Amino acid sequence: MDLIESYREELQLIRKPWTRAWVGAVVSALILLPFYAPQHLTYIATIICIYAVGVQGQNILIGYTGQISFGQAGFLAIGAYTFGHLIRVGIPWPLALLGAGITAGLFGLIVGFPSLRLKGPYLAIATMGFGIAVYQIFANSELLSGGRMGLAIPKISPIFGISKITFNYYFNFAIALLFTLASYNIISSYMGRAFIAIRDNDIAAEVVGVNLTRYKLLSFAISSFYTGVQGGLYSLLIGHLEPNMFTFMETITLFVAVIIGGLASVEGSIMGAAFVILVPQLLSSYRELVPVIFGVTILIILIFEPMGLSGRWMKTRLYLRNWPFR
Amino acid sequence: MSLLQINKLFISFGGIRALAGVDFHVEDGEILTVIGPNGSGKTTLFNCISGVYRPTGGEIFFRGESILGLSPDTIAAKGIARTFQNLRLFMHMDVLDNLLLGRHVKFRKNPLQAVLRIRTEEVKHREFVEEIIDFLDLQAYRQARVSDCPYGVQKRVELGRALALEPTLLLLDEPIAGLTSEEKDETAYRITEIRGRFKTTILLVEHDLRIASRLADRMVAFESGLEIAQGTPEEVQRDPNVIRAYLGEESEQKRN
Repeated sequence: MDLIESYREELQLIRKPWTRAWVGAVVSALILLPFYAPQHLTYIATIICIYAVGVQGQNILIGYTGQISFGQAGFLAIGAYTFGHLIRVGIPWPLALLGAGITAGLFGLIVGFPSLRLKGPYLAIATMGFGIAVYQIFANSELLSGGRMGLAIPKISPIFGISKITFNYYFNFAIALLFTLASYNIISSYMGRAFIAIRDNDIAAEVVGVNLTRYKLLSFAISSFYTGVQGGLYSLLIGHLEPNMFTFMETITLFVAVIIGGLASVEGSIMGAAFVILVPQLLSSYRELVPVIFGVTILIILIFEPMGLSGRWMKTRLYLRNWPFR
Repeated sequence: MSLLQINKLFISFGGIRALAGVDFHVEDGEILTVIGPNGSGKTTLFNCISGVYRPTGGEIFFRGESILGLSPDTIAAKGIARTFQNLRLFMHMDVLDNLLLGRHVKFRKNPLQAVLRIRTEEVKHREFVEEIIDFLDLQAYRQARVSDCPYGVQKRVELGRALALEPTLLLLDEPIAGLTSEEKDETAYRITEIRGRFKTTILLVEHDLRIASRLADRMVAFESGLEIAQGTPEEVQRDPNVIRAYLGEESEQKRN
């Protein structure tokens, strides 16, 4: 029996004890990962954490607000290079990371302006132009990209005497966890409701008092903030930046993660991030097959499970809850 | 001073004059029904008042203040709510979220509270939304996705969403179209109840003349983008212009 006694209780992040139990189990399993998993796996998990941040951001824009964007690589590059340049002039990493997010967020605001007029495929083309332009600017400006040698990023040294790989994992895991909590909170607030309202019916959203300009731009800014932070975290992990890391393929990767994980789902974003990182890893000897796999998976997902991995997960949960009845 | 004053409102789409200089007003606290054949400009009028369309000419005053050319969300914040003829609900959200969105302009918006999950505002507004749920008998559907609800319920949710704004002026575009006869009577009853309970002035478009005349204090008849008659329901229904618009002229043969 599930009884709610106050409105406040209903607004909790995790309400049911059972959900609390398994979420707790998953989080503790992830915290203990470096102790039982091989180093290689811990490293991959680190990259998944970093990608999960950006994919969540893109899902807020694409999945929740319904604005198709193909400019992800641009925001990623802006975030990464802002972080790189800031940390090279000696700004501490938390501020540099914030700077990376805010700079990308500001560019998101600018790129968001066409969204006030353009819809669907037209907006996709406009944002795609932005993504490619940013790549070209970094590829052609030695001042910004650090020239042929690329930009070297000083790493932060591990504390508490733990190994570098373990430290990187915990660092990025903690940040990904923070962003995940923020995503859940944003989408369940008045802001998230306004985003979904714009996606479901923009005219009705306006008539109930949602300012389309403000919330579309806000969604662009938030999503690019997330993607900018992803760029910063990634550059810190790799320790080296070059423009070739931010080609259109990177945009596709993030987009694929959103679709495969499931539109309008935070859990889905994490699953999608895991998918786009794990597939190239599993197929490391057939790298040229990766885009093919992505394409085929998108087709399969769109035909058989439009709600993505998170939809499958929801159905499985429903099945288990009702078991043995169906 | 009337609550809503419309002077010589004019709008055209290409060569079609949807509104050709409409003149009328809505008094504070009344229920005013707009009738008229299809394509006579009733819904266009609603779209102009709520800011969805930008009229080509004329004036709209709400509480003595011009609202012409304002964006729909600014007009909503001034206290004008509306429903749509063909439902425009947020289909992927549950009934509760739809109603809370209706209250969007009343929320004190603090992004930091949103990110940190401080939900004082949410709790405060939930109380009013629950009042609407009780008023419209939506208890059983509170957590149901709107797209899964039957049409009659969706219609009520849309009414509830408009009410959640606590509007001064409520625009209802065919609130009983497509309902069963029981639901029609129920909705008609609720509309009169709304005026008393929420202190709302109501402007509504209705085709069902029986219910329209039962509800209305006053009636306005439209034809081809112009108002052709105004007055009490009886007066308007007896007006020769209205009879001609609805039934057409008597044929030559019969007259002879």
